[in-house]
Amino acid sequence: MSLTGTTSGGRRAWLSSRSGILKGGRLLVSLAVTMLGLLLITFLIGRVMPIDPVLAVVGERATKEVYEATRAAMGLDDPLYIQFWNYITEVLRGDFGMSLLTSRPVIEDIARVFPATLELATVATFLGVAIGVPAGVVAAVNQGRWPDHLVRLLGLFGYSMPVFWLGLMGLLVFYGKLDWVAGPGRLDVFFEDVVPQVTGVILIDSLLAGDTEVFANALSHIVLPASVLGYYSLAYVSRMTRSFMLEQLAQEYVTTARVKGLSEARVIWRHALGNVMVPLITVIALSYANLLEGSVLTEIVFAWPGIGFYITNALLAADMSAVLGGTVVVGIVFIGLNLLSDVLYRFVDPRAR
Amino acid sequence: MTKFTSAFAAGMLAVVTMTSTAALAATPKDTLVVAAAIDDIVSLDPAEAFEFSGGDLLQNTYDRLVEFDPKNLSAGYQPGLAASWTVSEDGKTYTLTMRDGVTFQSGNPFTAEDAEFSLRRAVLLEKTPSFILTQFGFTKDNINDTIKATDAKTLVIVTDKKYAQSFVLNCLSATIGSIVDKKTALSHEKDGDMGYGWLKTNTAGTGAYALKSWKANESYVLEANANFWRAKPAMKRVFVRHVSESASQRLQLEKGDIDVARNLTPDDIAAISGNADLKVDEDLRGRIVYMSLNQKKAPLNDPKVVEAFKWAVDYEGMTKTILRGQYTVHQAFLPLTYLGELKDKPYKLDIAKAKALLAEAGHASDVAVKINVRNEPTYMAIAQAIQGTLTQAGINAELTPMTGKQSLGEYRAREHDVYLGAWGPDYPDPHTNADTFAHNPNNSDEAKLTGKLAWRNGWDIPEMTKATAAAVEEADSAKRAEMYRAIQREHQQTSPFVIMFQKIEQTGLRKNVEGLVTGSAISSVHYWTVTK
Repeated sequence: MSLTGTTSGGRRAWLSSRSGILKGGRLLVSLAVTMLGLLLITFLIGRVMPIDPVLAVVGERATKEVYEATRAAMGLDDPLYIQFWNYITEVLRGDFGMSLLTSRPVIEDIARVFPATLELATVATFLGVAIGVPAGVVAAVNQGRWPDHLVRLLGLFGYSMPVFWLGLMGLLVFYGKLDWVAGPGRLDVFFEDVVPQVTGVILIDSLLAGDTEVFANALSHIVLPASVLGYYSLAYVSRMTRSFMLEQLAQEYVTTARVKGLSEARVIWRHALGNVMVPLITVIALSYANLLEGSVLTEIVFAWPGIGFYITNALLAADMSAVLGGTVVVGIVFIGLNLLSDVLYRFVDPRAR
Repeated sequence: MTKFTSAFAAGMLAVVTMTSTAALAATPKDTLVVAAAIDDIVSLDPAEAFEFSGGDLLQNTYDRLVEFDPKNLSAGYQPGLAASWTVSEDGKTYTLTMRDGVTFQSGNPFTAEDAEFSLRRAVLLEKTPSFILTQFGFTKDNINDTIKATDAKTLVIVTDKKYAQSFVLNCLSATIGSIVDKKTALSHEKDGDMGYGWLKTNTAGTGAYALKSWKANESYVLEANANFWRAKPAMKRVFVRHVSESASQRLQLEKGDIDVARNLTPDDIAAISGNADLKVDEDLRGRIVYMSLNQKKAPLNDPKVVEAFKWAVDYEGMTKTILRGQYTVHQAFLPLTYLGELKDKPYKLDIAKAKALLAEAGHASDVAVKINVRNEPTYMAIAQAIQGTLTQAGINAELTPMTGKQSLGEYRAREHDVYLGAWGPDYPDPHTNADTFAHNPNNSDEAKLTGKLAWRNGWDIPEMTKATAAAVEEADSAKRAEMYRAIQREHQQTSPFVIMFQKIEQTGLRKNVEGLVTGSAISSVHYWTVTK
């Protein structure tokens, strides 16, 4: 028995590790195909856009000779598939090319602009979730009563207000009039380059350097744009939480729990919310991923040098190396967050393991 | 729940308290903080830089052999790094004597060898603005003979033929004439690039400021050059931060977080004009806004139709309503303040006249055109106003908003109907605009003279081309100015260009900022003249 048991146990382990490897392999292949597809589509869009990338380099006044020499140097005379092949092989070597707009390697640009977006999106998502989830729960529990109406109204307001307007109003009130927060930019100019760049996320870098003054300044700059972005996240998260909670609160296990004499708080916050966490993780991950793409308008109003502004600027100037580099990063972020939500899903829901 | 609420409230209060103390009240006395849209900077190499913001940065970090005095721009070109010069009798050889006692920001002494290196590399690198120098006949093959340092103090330049002296010297005052520190540039040379890769993101000049840092689309910081030969800059540091939104610039200016706001809209200018702590500076710049009709397309090539367009534009009305203070009516191709400027404004809105002209041409109601316009608020507003008055005259105009690069592609391929856009002079000499608006030696498609607006619009002008070529060779400045005025008068009557406005730059400043020179039509911003 014990022998058989050992054998079958070993076989199960072998089978399970084999299926693990297979799953991992499949995942890698699907990731590679997704990335390749993403690159191909972006590349093709870049080539069919009615913008001349050579003009982006040489400018309006260039003579025919300068124009043609530059066109050849950029490899644009080659057939499209060769251009794409060249691009892919360079990307695989870690070379995303040089940005036309900044005259620097795209990878260095992204290392500079992505942490700015990451910092903003993370604080915004934190605010959105910290307020949005409790608000959604309170709305569901008080369905049809004033707290519910209030949360829904706030959510509706968050969805409908143009971010540009909300950002400017926020600046006018909290920076211009009340003086509670600092103005546009990530830091006051005098604090720039004071702490060494380690992660590119100033809140973290300033803590690593032990410079509380820079930390406080960075915090005073991020509060407002993060609140504006966080409001959108809040609107989405609270609405979804409310709807998930309403579904759970109508379930029989909730009635059973109440009949068993559990406190209302325990029923709502532990049992009902516990079951809501599974779909909610996907909602939060999606909202986070959307913010990580960069919110161009918020970045413009708050002079926040993030990836959204970088990619948009690059696109308008036909700086295709920068556009493709930025797209790859956003693609990786999306795929990474999807994976992360899958993992968390398994963690909070035993049935998914 | 109560605990959570109190903890959250306490946390938010802590954040607000912490952040509210972090805001600074005013900028230090020896520091200038500027908010501007600087995302057009592509390269900091003077051989390549050709954008407004790049020109501003390089104006402050480099010097040129011939320069303008920022305190008296209307005096015209003056000695810069060249203390004096002579011109040979045949008008082709310029002998320039270098200024003594000038050092680069690196500490290296400035010599004629640096001037020779800088002008030669500008020709050899063949970047877009190189035509400003190569139009004098300098080529890769002849520069060893035509641009030559004969000793440490003397630079000799030989042009291919006789040009107006003012034309040659004005061109040397352009950004491409900036003098680069040869030793520093060559110490960063890679694969024979003459330091190009390094100079794209760094500076090595004798200017009032050294570049401390540049983060594209974000900011740059200038630090005063203790060795600057003209004066000791009062502003030890200049921070220029990219803020594209006018309302954000205005808020920061009102709060005192910045000293200068360079891109305020008419609304924001109006809003700050009553603020006792702020002031507005106005400066006439070189940018011309125009509309042009493609002469390869009928009926736009009918002179009567062209003239009808010129009478169907509400020049004055637009400056009063949508352009409020940011543009002035101007109808000639040379910007005001340029040698040969023409102040005549023969056209005004006259719908009846436009209708009559169209009827005479036999196109009373069948002219339908697409107007390609840059998708930017000012140009779109102008285009919409023009669309309205054209409709009144019986011209059906459809607007096609495009990005800058997109509209240029079609324009350079001569595929547009009507183009609405702007042109800024490349160097402070009348030939810069005359060469593009009134010079087209070969109107064939194959010639691809894409740099010339006359060619882009298919306008064949053999006589005017000759007149423009003659003006650039005239040595007598007064005569030369009169020649340009004559060309412009004819241009106003016959050209397919509806020239409408010249840019006025409105800059918002804190009251204590004095001496900021934004450069007028011929130069760029100067920070070393600023005091606070």
